[in-house]
Amino acid sequence: MTRETTAKARLSIDGWVTAAALVIGIFYAILTAARTEDPLMSIHAYIFAGAFLLGIFAIIKAYYDSSEHQANKPADAPVEYNLDVIKAGVIASVFWGIAGFLAGDTLAFQLAYPDLNFDVSFFNFGRLRPLHTSAVIFAFGGNVLIATSFYVVQRTCKARMPGDFAPWFVFWGYQLFIVIAATGYLMGITQSKEYAEPEWYADIWLTIVWVVYLFVFLGTLWKRREPHIYVANWFYLAFIATVAMLHIINNLTVPVSWTSTKSYILFAGVQDALVQWWYGHNAVGFFLTAGFLGIMYYFVPKRAGRPVYSYRLSIVHFWSLIFMYIWAGPHHLHYTALPDWAQTLGMTFSIMLWMPSWGGMINGLMTLSGAWDKLRTDPVLRMLVVSIAFYGMSTFEGPVMAIKAVNSLSHYTDWTIGHVHSGALGWVAFVSFGALYCLVPWLWNRTQLYSLKLVSYHFWIATFGILLYITSMWVSGILQGLMWRAYDELGFLEYSFVETVEAMNPLYWIRAIGGAFFLIGALIMAYNLWRTARGDVREERRLLSPESVPSPVAAE
Amino acid sequence: MEYNDISEFSRTWGLVYLVAMFLAGILYAFWPRNKSKFDHAAQIPLEDD
Repeated sequence: MTRETTAKARLSIDGWVTAAALVIGIFYAILTAARTEDPLMSIHAYIFAGAFLLGIFAIIKAYYDSSEHQANKPADAPVEYNLDVIKAGVIASVFWGIAGFLAGDTLAFQLAYPDLNFDVSFFNFGRLRPLHTSAVIFAFGGNVLIATSFYVVQRTCKARMPGDFAPWFVFWGYQLFIVIAATGYLMGITQSKEYAEPEWYADIWLTIVWVVYLFVFLGTLWKRREPHIYVANWFYLAFIATVAMLHIINNLTVPVSWTSTKSYILFAGVQDALVQWWYGHNAVGFFLTAGFLGIMYYFVPKRAGRPVYSYRLSIVHFWSLIFMYIWAGPHHLHYTALPDWAQTLGMTFSIMLWMPSWGGMINGLMTLSGAWDKLRTDPVLRMLVVSIAFYGMSTFEGPVMAIKAVNSLSHYTDWTIGHVHSGALGWVAFVSFGALYCLVPWLWNRTQLYSLKLVSYHFWIATFGILLYITSMWVSGILQGLMWRAYDELGFLEYSFVETVEAMNPLYWIRAIGGAFFLIGALIMAYNLWRTARGDVREERRLLSPESVPSPVAAE
Repeated sequence: MEYNDISEFSRTWGLVYLVAMFLAGILYAFWPRNKSKFDHAAQIPLEDD
């Protein structure tokens, strides 16, 4: 409403603040580039300066454009949701997803055939690996979460996001963080903390972006016209708030100087390890679980056309999940210098997590009760439901692996990689794909997707890829774990390290092929979404249920 | 305050705190008066505007 009443001011307050901050940022970045003796820092300083300059151009353009559509609107006009930034988020999600899957599959082929790094430092496994993990978790997953959270919070609160520039700042600021992180990895800049590799200046930038994100989200909740805050928003808010806390504490570093890329962490030894895995496991719990459960609680009911199975269960799910997840981190440090009681605590809370995880899975799946027939006709819903099934499977497997005795076999082996990917590909990526298939027709005002048949192809090809991936990694991981602990009759280790690598090689090929299937599926999705956004509809035999079949001329 | 005091405190009062929070969550979810609120809330995504 404030937008209409202040029609005279052509640039909103957040526009002026952003512009002023960007001008200061440009000077600071150029100053850093001039003073640094570290060539990598000067590259990053120039990237920052260039991005800030583009930001100022964008604000100037918005300033001149704003005079054109400041027509007087009645005060009781329907809510005008801010959807443009969500469209940008959808495009970015698809782009980074494919980039991240490609990087991952490249690594899979490198592991099977190491010469594929071509002896070029940029394609070195150690540099590509964080590129892959950050691209899929933070670039793909993060953009999906930002885009869907902006959509869900506006729709369920029946309110427009506050600020004209703040949501755009969150979006572009986050992309800038991704570019800084990714180019840094390829050039060899890392603080060597898993899933927290970006150095101190990238961390500070992300903190600024994230705090604005939190305020945009809270501001929308504040403006809501719906008295109750829908449960999906609770999950999103837990994700945003907890990730802010985790990120700040795990990155309490002291830079060598203001113009150096290098920094040192405040904690030492086992304390550092515990903070790192408190962060690392809660990145799984709050980024890859709570955030995507927000997607589940909105998109599954919406797509199935039925309310969530039990709203009460969703509340118990929420509170028990967030209170338990935060303690599970020490299971990454079994049989290390971490005190025994802390290891046991991590193991116990991991096992207790079965209850909220399965409660949530049942809640998601049972939302379809009475509408199971839609699985036959709607491949998007099928994708969402299979993602919940994978959520149940990987949250069953995780606590098993957190048990010390199991962990002594599984830790440091490929079993962990297989477990992570059943969660990442099966749960996170599939629920994201389902949400993207829902969002594109809604955002671009299309009656239906370009092709449901292509969604079905995507579903089966990607599912087959996931199965190849996780089964090969189970076999490879258990093989590796058993070979490491095999002794001969004289008490010597039976196998050398390289013998385990040789034994695992065929499984590495299977994994790489599985990854290629998954990537092909994502490319099919990108094509399908692009044609949908253009408004095309493919002529094909109807898969839809009768009531949702649109007339052939409905779309342009 | 030493390491053992902190670990003792977290092992005892930490349990009390978590159980209390859990009971508070359960009570909120199952309090009979909240039922109509939750029934309405479950419909929010399905409302078109």
